[in-house]
Amino acid sequence: MTKQIIIPFGPQHPVLPEPIHLDLVLEDEMVVEAIPSIGYIHRGFEKLVEKREFTEYVYVAERTCGICSFIHGLTYCQGIEEIMQVEVPERALFLRTIWSEYSRLHSHLLWLGLFADSFGFENLFMNAWRIRERILDVMEQTTGGRVIQGSCKIGGVRRDISGEKLGQMSKDLDSIGQELEELTNVFLRDASIKHRLKNVGVLSRDDAYSLGAVGPTARGSGVSLDMRKTGYAAYGKLNLETVAENDGDCYARCVVRCRELFTSIDLIQQAVRKIPDGPIDVKVTGAPDGEYFTRSEQPRGELVHYLKGNGTKFLVRSRIRTPTLTNIPPLVKMLQGCELADVPVIVLSIDPCISCTER
Amino acid sequence: MTTEEQLTMPIEVGQLIGRVEQYKQEGYRLVQIGCTKIGEVYEINYSFDKDFVFRNLRITVNGDTEVPSISGMYWGAFVYENEMHDLFGIQVRGMNIDFKGNFIRTSIKFPFGAAIPKGEQP
Repeated sequence: MTKQIIIPFGPQHPVLPEPIHLDLVLEDEMVVEAIPSIGYIHRGFEKLVEKREFTEYVYVAERTCGICSFIHGLTYCQGIEEIMQVEVPERALFLRTIWSEYSRLHSHLLWLGLFADSFGFENLFMNAWRIRERILDVMEQTTGGRVIQGSCKIGGVRRDISGEKLGQMSKDLDSIGQELEELTNVFLRDASIKHRLKNVGVLSRDDAYSLGAVGPTARGSGVSLDMRKTGYAAYGKLNLETVAENDGDCYARCVVRCRELFTSIDLIQQAVRKIPDGPIDVKVTGAPDGEYFTRSEQPRGELVHYLKGNGTKFLVRSRIRTPTLTNIPPLVKMLQGCELADVPVIVLSIDPCISCTER
Repeated sequence: MTTEEQLTMPIEVGQLIGRVEQYKQEGYRLVQIGCTKIGEVYEINYSFDKDFVFRNLRITVNGDTEVPSISGMYWGAFVYENEMHDLFGIQVRGMNIDFKGNFIRTSIKFPFGAAIPKGEQP
């Protein structure tokens, strides 16, 4: 019988910007089991709901993540609005959709850069992040913040975008799209990248579904689960085609994210064409009394905020289920049977956001 | 607003495994398990989804009630069950991967439940 050894992977590792630990049980060079641990930077954000008024908690919710902060804020506001039956102006819903898709663009580009770095393609890493800067510039110009936008509030949004600026953004996205064509062509056609990613970290469709995979991790295995299809914000008024691939390997997850860049551009341009004039917020009075599970599609997948209020200014509970937390069991499955050298690439292929997970 | 129909069914702890098994057979995926402390009791929500139809099972337990694990049916449930134990102190019986309190490391034991201050921990 082959002797088994355990190799600790993380919490500090060159491919991990944030700490997660895996005990890898190996037989020779093959991983036979992976046992994950998190909790190195658990911040107890959810507990803060007892000390911050529900209107202030938007800022806390946004700070759950430094990449998809806007979508956390949106999801929280959406949940409170559902409980309080607040009708948000349509223009605000379109603006939320536009900023959500910019968040997805910058998140996917960040991931593509990190992914390229994980298999040693430094130039590709730099090019992905160079394009990402153009996205972040627009975020900053329209919200005032590159990382934390603070533009979402209960009842609408804090800032409007002028028609002229929206037109400029749409035009810029055409040229960004051309740059993305060049970038994604390398990811999708380069022989060495294919060699590194094809048939690595395979997750079957059944496993993806039954283990609770979400986002590009699920869609890379053929599970076309995308919460934008529920029509929240203004997604119900836009044409959205869910991107899915069937191979379930690291390459398929990369293809999904590459194709989703173009979906995001299309959604923003559709939203710019269809955005109505009108107010961007409504006044909200009272306090939430009730509960709601609000769901949205983050760049990493389905995000759930469970909110429960008792009619006071302080919520009883805010429970945030982030996509990375639910993508951990599928990751464990992907790692079983892989080569030790492939572990960093497989871990990165789920786009882990430990900051979100350690809310 | 795009209000989603969210059906929450309060059930007894003894009914949990049977009802979860039913959801599993009907093809629902597990969305999350979450716990809420309401006074001295804990509400535990088991949320499922199939084709964007959201369903929720709710059990209400005392701090000393042992809750059966559903990880036999939904293998990935271990992340939520360990989290529930580490943050709220809920005892979960039969988890497929039991981290024995080490999944989420906190300086205060059970910070969301009956918190045990640092100096008083065993």
